Amino acid sequence: MKPGETQAAVVRILYFARLREALDRSEEELVLPEGVGDVGSLLTFLRERGGAWANELAPGKAVRAAVNQDMSDAQATIKGGDEIAFFPPVTGG
Amino acid sequence: MAVRVQTADFDVGAEIARLRAGDARIGAVASFIGVVRDLNDGDAVSELTLEHYPGMTEKALEEIVAQARSRWDIYDALVIHRVGTLKPTDQIVLVITTSAHRGEAFKACEFLMDYLKTGAPFWKREQTPAGSRWVDARESDDAAARRWS
Repeated sequence: MKPGETQAAVVRILYFARLREALDRSEEELVLPEGVGDVGSLLTFLRERGGAWANELAPGKAVRAAVNQDMSDAQATIKGGDEIAFFPPVTGG
Repeated sequence: MAVRVQTADFDVGAEIARLRAGDARIGAVASFIGVVRDLNDGDAVSELTLEHYPGMTEKALEEIVAQARSRWDIYDALVIHRVGTLKPTDQIVLVITTSAHRGEAFKACEFLMDYLKTGAPFWKREQTPAGSRWVDARESDDAAARRWS
């Protein structure tokens, strides 16, 4: 890497259950856009894709998140290499 | 292994026997078995499909078991949760706890179920006469989990 060059921060995003179906996607890799450093800002970025993304991830919708397989809130920080998951409230048992 | 996520059914008797084998300190074994019903929210259910998050689900269950161990005086605990497609009367989930006395075993068993229902990533989809639908989370489950905090 040359001086001054920064390595792209790539995260893996997983979607489960109702979200996976509505977004028609179970996972993707994303280069973190400038200024996206936590779960909340990632959600805002994804919403801007419009359509099902705007609907399913709308504020007030029950969407849960995990960062590296730990339940996380909107303030949880994210960085390159992280595995981030979005899903509805769980219904096991 | 204190936690198992599997498609196969489980044998409650065999699991209890294995968990308490040779441990003469145990005076109490509590168990809970969750079973598929043929009715939910007023509609007939012919089939239930459970999805999970491989890796995180096991990790979340192990953390819940660790919490139960730190809160109650239990010797051991086992959680088995099935995934895939199930039919009414099928077993879904098994929790077993062992302790010297019943109080700790009962409480730890109930805590494990309450926390599992709100903290472990599983999602149910059910088949009804009107089609298939995702099961919504219940506020009563959140309330049950909050009792322990």
